[in-house]
Amino acid sequence: MIRLEGISKSFERPVLKNVDLHVPEGCLYGLIGPGASGKSVLLKIITALIRPEAGKVLIGGRDVLTMPDLELHEFRKGIGMLFQNNALFDFMTVYENIAFPMRRLLDLSEDEIRERIAERLKIVSLPGFEERMPAGLSGGQKKRIGVARATVTQAPVVLYDEPAAGLDPVTSQRIFDLLRAEQQAAGATVLMVSSDLDRMLTVTDRVGMMYRGELIFDGTTEEAYASSDPYVHQFVHGIPEGPL
Amino acid sequence: MSSTTSPSNPAMAPLRAIGGSFLAASEVVGGMGVLFGRITTRLVRLRFDRTELVTNMYKMGVKSLPIVIITAIFTGGIMVIQAAPIVQRYGAQGLLGWAAGFTTLRELGPLLTALMLSGRIGANNTAELGTMVVTEQIDALRALAIDPISFLIVPRFIAIVVTIFLSTVFSDALALIGAAYAGLAILGVDPVVFYNGVSSGLLGVGDVFHGLTKSIVFGMIMALSSCQFGIATSGGAPGVGRAVNATVVVTAAGVFVLDYLVSFAIG
Repeated sequence: MIRLEGISKSFERPVLKNVDLHVPEGCLYGLIGPGASGKSVLLKIITALIRPEAGKVLIGGRDVLTMPDLELHEFRKGIGMLFQNNALFDFMTVYENIAFPMRRLLDLSEDEIRERIAERLKIVSLPGFEERMPAGLSGGQKKRIGVARATVTQAPVVLYDEPAAGLDPVTSQRIFDLLRAEQQAAGATVLMVSSDLDRMLTVTDRVGMMYRGELIFDGTTEEAYASSDPYVHQFVHGIPEGPL
Repeated sequence: MSSTTSPSNPAMAPLRAIGGSFLAASEVVGGMGVLFGRITTRLVRLRFDRTELVTNMYKMGVKSLPIVIITAIFTGGIMVIQAAPIVQRYGAQGLLGWAAGFTTLRELGPLLTALMLSGRIGANNTAELGTMVVTEQIDALRALAIDPISFLIVPRFIAIVVTIFLSTVFSDALALIGAAYAGLAILGVDPVVFYNGVSSGLLGVGDVFHGLTKSIVFGMIMALSSCQFGIATSGGAPGVGRAVNATVVVTAAGVFVLDYLVSFAIG
């Protein structure tokens, strides 16, 4: 479903080096790795928000990077995305933030939108937050509103950048369980970046590990746990001593 | 590489500085030109968000009224204070209305309104857009298949140009009223005499259009620079600060340069 071929990108220094990655259709793929290893950049390249110097991004067999603007515009309607910094529109209320993609991308009545928003807010444990402004929310609350907005259109391809950052362990696990349930219900293809490995790896089908701009591991979650690669072993098991 | 052409050669430093400044200026002007092209294509096709336009018109226009009122009234008063010694010396009370009208309508009204609002509207616009860039809100719009130029930039461009234009009209009128009553209070010139000076024929519709043309040009430079520096922001919160600073400087410089050029072009 999502296939990256030979992706390279530099910001003064190389950030991604010839990355090949395949996320099968209906798979929940977890991308792990130390900070500044290029994970977030890779997510933005998939949606063509950042253009690589080399490589292809194929989604459903179509190369995203060579699409004309109009086609890219239509293509993006089928992608949900949660940004690392949540990217909530700070001039809109929580209600308007979650309603925004539905009004723009789906043909729903205002009653249906209201119902969906109430349901989303209940799922992320923030019922009654409709009229709050993002500036008045804590980091964890913003993250949950971001998750609500990213999942509300039930897009066939969803990209999550740190969906549980700043959340307590219980809420974090709830969010991952929610994302897994949503993914299974919709049959969506999901690529997820998270530093909360203990919880993320409870829901992933496959895992890839990035290190210094390269994909050094790609396999099932079980294979990641059992990997003898010193980098993967150290990172997945959180061992302080090692090559990382 | 020989020492005469080495990048580290101190003798080349001034030349490098000049070249760097020229490139930086070209980047700004070029960026504003490209942005203007993008805005124009959306404007022609009427592809912009109406709700955002109304919101920005209110935020930029209506909420700027108090500061426009205060500045305009006192500008009129200050003109009379400065003119008072000459008017008293030559007994030219009848020309007070003409002098105030001429300077206000052609120059001070549009110039002061633009400079004053560049601090309030232009800087604020850059700060908002810059913050949206560094917090990934612009990326989020694009990821949601929404064109940031149509959704954010075009409504702000229209709102700024219309606000500067209408504020100038309002400011011109208030400055003249302020001048008339300052003339009464300071020089004892009756407001009717002041009005006769304004409407005696020495001032024409051309003088009004001269000033209003400037207000549109000033609004455009403010809108373009504040939007361009806003969407080109990088480097987190310090980057937003730098972008706001650049907007204020470029807008002020642009207003004076364009004031000269427009004055020269349309007489």
